[in-house]
Amino acid sequence: MRRLLILGGGTAGTMIANKLRRRLDRDDWSITVVDRDDEHHYQPGYLFIPFGGYAPDDLVRSRRRLLAAGVRLLLAEVDRVRPADNTVVLEDGRQIPYDFLVVATGTAPHPEETPGLLEAEWRRTIFDFYTLDGALALADALESLDHGRLVVHITEMPIKCPVAPLEFTFLADAWLRQRGLRDRVELVYVTPLDGAFTQPLASARLGAMLTDRKVLVEPDFIVERVDSDRRVLVAYDDREVPFDLLVTVPLNMGAAFVGRSGLGDELNYVPVDKHTLLSLDHDNIFAVGDANDIPTSKAGSVAHFAVEVFVDNFLEHSSGRPMTGAFDGHANCFVESGDDKALLIDFNYDTQPLPGKYPLPLLGPLSLLEETRANHLGKLAFRHLYWHVLLPGLPLPLPANMSLAGKKMPSEET
Amino acid sequence: MPTTTISDRTVHVDDEGFLTDPAEWDEPLATALAEQIGLHLTEEHWEAIHFLRQDHAQRGETATLRRISVVGGIPTKSLFRLFPQKPAKKLAYVAGLPKPHGCV
Repeated sequence: MRRLLILGGGTAGTMIANKLRRRLDRDDWSITVVDRDDEHHYQPGYLFIPFGGYAPDDLVRSRRRLLAAGVRLLLAEVDRVRPADNTVVLEDGRQIPYDFLVVATGTAPHPEETPGLLEAEWRRTIFDFYTLDGALALADALESLDHGRLVVHITEMPIKCPVAPLEFTFLADAWLRQRGLRDRVELVYVTPLDGAFTQPLASARLGAMLTDRKVLVEPDFIVERVDSDRRVLVAYDDREVPFDLLVTVPLNMGAAFVGRSGLGDELNYVPVDKHTLLSLDHDNIFAVGDANDIPTSKAGSVAHFAVEVFVDNFLEHSSGRPMTGAFDGHANCFVESGDDKALLIDFNYDTQPLPGKYPLPLLGPLSLLEETRANHLGKLAFRHLYWHVLLPGLPLPLPANMSLAGKKMPSEET
Repeated sequence: MPTTTISDRTVHVDDEGFLTDPAEWDEPLATALAEQIGLHLTEEHWEAIHFLRQDHAQRGETATLRRISVVGGIPTKSLFRLFPQKPAKKLAYVAGLPKPHGCV
């Protein structure tokens, strides 16, 4: 009996377990998933909670019930991986041997890494929205905001869902307008990047949307600490940004056990081949989803497209054949822009987000880099697809690798 | 690919002036590149430059400020003192490496 062990029962881990359970003979292979709890969160939904969009029940399901029959779920904290012994040690002392290991433990916010963040103002005037309790607490704070300076802040790249802070800003602008408070609240967007986003065309488009909404952008801001008494963000170059309400995206890091096991880089992400997701150091360890170091967005869409390529590769690799699939870094992100509209961006390692139609050329129905109501409806509908199609590992009629069909190339090189 | 002449040497650069071939770099060139952006290199600068060169040779990528601090042991605060305002870009420029690709 060969053993596949998957650490993490989130988007990537669940999809992999369910897809491979159908492809690997039950008499030959066991599949085990380890996670610390039985709550699978639909994380894209957090964004809407501060604005009263979802209740927690809409976003949480049992991990166990999302896993196919024949997949074992162990609820435990991972202490470390011992690659030399092909064994994972759990914090309760159990040792789980494996033939192949998939690290799918994602990335998480670490507010304790920024001095001053977790002091008296945390959850009073300082909030995050990348956790369910953070998003819920922020909903209460927004409810009582009637004037002042609302600062949206990114600590350091990479972060999970890099468009989410922009979406939060657009939604906050619309929400304040609808309440007649926009003139009384100053909106500021503080980013370590030199613009709104990383990729040139999208950055220009999203940057213009911030300007249109009278959002002040503070670029190239590398935060050193938060002075919580004076309520200011302080940068390494001594710039200061005062706030009345701070919505921060703390430093994101991979799981601590990755670092303890010697499997990670400086942020506990597992270095992998960017096309196969196989560890650069160990021939029987893969890292899929946010847990790896591939140069594309940390996002559920990337995990989804990567899993499609990974599954066939895994069948080849585990039977001693060369892997023939090559993941291209495909990401596909809805960007909520307020007033029930959204943009869609679609890109990969080599091609930046371009305007056009998706998934069908000319027909769409979704529009790339353009605000439409259809995109917004697509984003909302996706939650149902996530639970009922994506996680069970059923086929979604979208190609894993990015397509240029329907896209308009920029008239000049950028 | 554009070229430029620095200290009588012709090197290949991108449109922002970053060297595109790390092999065209050597220490005298670094000194000249540093002068162009108003820096006089001290021992501390060289420590950061050497870490960046050696890390790039191993990994094929330019280290981020966090990597220089966690792996290279040079605090971010020091980098801002040595390469004011935009340490990541200035350091890559002087070290003859591509600018760290803004994470996506």
